[in-house]
Amino acid sequence: MKKTLAAALLAAAALSLPLAFAGPAAAKDWKTVRIATEGAYMPWNGADASGKLIGFEIDLAAELCKKAGVTCEIKAQDWDGIIPGLQQGKYDAIMAGMSITDERRKLIEFSKPYAADPAIFATLNGSPLLAQKTGARIDLSDAASPSKAAFEALEKALKGKSVGVQVSTIHQTMMEKHLPGVSLRTYDKTDSMALDLASGRIDAMLSDRSVIADLQKAADGKNIALFGPGFVGGVLGEGMGVGLRKTDPDLKALFDKAIAAANADGTTSKLAEKWFGYDVAAK
Amino acid sequence: MNWELMWDSLPKLLGGVPLTLQLTGLSLAVGVLIAAVAAAARLSDNLLFRSAAWSYVFIFRGTPLLVQIFLIYYGLGQFDAVRQSFLWPVLREAYWCAVLALALNTGAYASEIFRGAVLSVPHGQVEAARACGMSRWLAFRRIVAPQALRQALPAYGNEVVLMVKASSLASTVTLLEITGVARRLISQTYAVFEIFIVAGLIYLALNTLAAVAVRWCEKRLATA
Repeated sequence: MKKTLAAALLAAAALSLPLAFAGPAAAKDWKTVRIATEGAYMPWNGADASGKLIGFEIDLAAELCKKAGVTCEIKAQDWDGIIPGLQQGKYDAIMAGMSITDERRKLIEFSKPYAADPAIFATLNGSPLLAQKTGARIDLSDAASPSKAAFEALEKALKGKSVGVQVSTIHQTMMEKHLPGVSLRTYDKTDSMALDLASGRIDAMLSDRSVIADLQKAADGKNIALFGPGFVGGVLGEGMGVGLRKTDPDLKALFDKAIAAANADGTTSKLAEKWFGYDVAAK
Repeated sequence: MNWELMWDSLPKLLGGVPLTLQLTGLSLAVGVLIAAVAAAARLSDNLLFRSAAWSYVFIFRGTPLLVQIFLIYYGLGQFDAVRQSFLWPVLREAYWCAVLALALNTGAYASEIFRGAVLSVPHGQVEAARACGMSRWLAFRRIVAPQALRQALPAYGNEVVLMVKASSLASTVTLLEITGVARRLISQTYAVFEIFIVAGLIYLALNTLAAVAVRWCEKRLATA
């Protein structure tokens, strides 16, 4: 008797599990949206000395939520678990400087892009790598572009040197796809990578231009210098968007509308000016 | 659960095994030496040796290994003096930083195991050996050490298992041992569950082997 009761309970629990998980899938009237950010990717998102989240995306999220008429809770989540956390329903949206790429689209949905920023290499002053000219912009989605020659030159310059990237980023993908011969080191956070660049453990790093600009502003970042062209498109994606579950099309519609509105009335550009000193709004 | 992905990740994760074994083996070897010296210092009559060894054990047992790895890897690298010193070629490498942190950590724990094992040998036996005319060293070698070794082995076997697991923290300083490979694979597939399960099974297999080896040693020593 006891056994059958236990079995019945187990069966009931097993049956109720998928139901519990099906919750967020059903169309619902969004009142509160839980947003995750990394909190370690200034000026996109970061934390002040007291641990309070600050940054461009924190401000933008507040504006977007105001426009969408929902209450938002924003919290920090480590980068390497940020997509699984969304899928598991720990939060409903990601705003963490995440670029829209085909690879990520297989797993999650994205809103329209709200910002765009090229990727660029950085090294320390005095490095021979600085001989690589800056200023050019290379679109990786354009097969006929001068990207091949540019990568050949970079591959030659980076031979025997190591380059750091943050793990699980478009920058890692770009290195693996376009510069497979260069020794690659992956980091959890950009801060740790910058420390290793400063101490000479890596010769260069690849990141978003705005993030490197922010590192240069720090007291010990004066030595950081850019080299090589800026990269956009292709494996680098179509700009930064809000990451969402595929099962929440209504939330995507909400964010798309709010992003378009913030773009149209200049809110995004104004916030970009405040945090970056230049406009990153995706036009 | 994606079984195919788990199966595909297996050879890649196994590629991290040599580094895990190297980190564990090397730091255990260095750690045993550190532990022997520290245990001897703690048992010595010299106050200076005793307090130095006590402080070392106190600090390395009382702080998290992760913090120790970060201090050695990121902390030391920030000082110009360190970067210009003869130590930099070694400390520049994440590999040696991890070995150093792991060795210092296990050295602190193992020294306590050894000290306890030596103290477990009844003092009367030493006195008897001394009364027979053995020197202190001879009495240690013939009477105390063999018994202490047997006494220490189960606890030390436990330490070996702990070290295999602790070596996973080396992934936080960019090393691609089993956990490092797992994290990189997860970043490409986002399959946290599947890949960490396979990684966990590999650690389980390694530790089963370690436990069997220690058991074998225990048996050998018991009959010897």
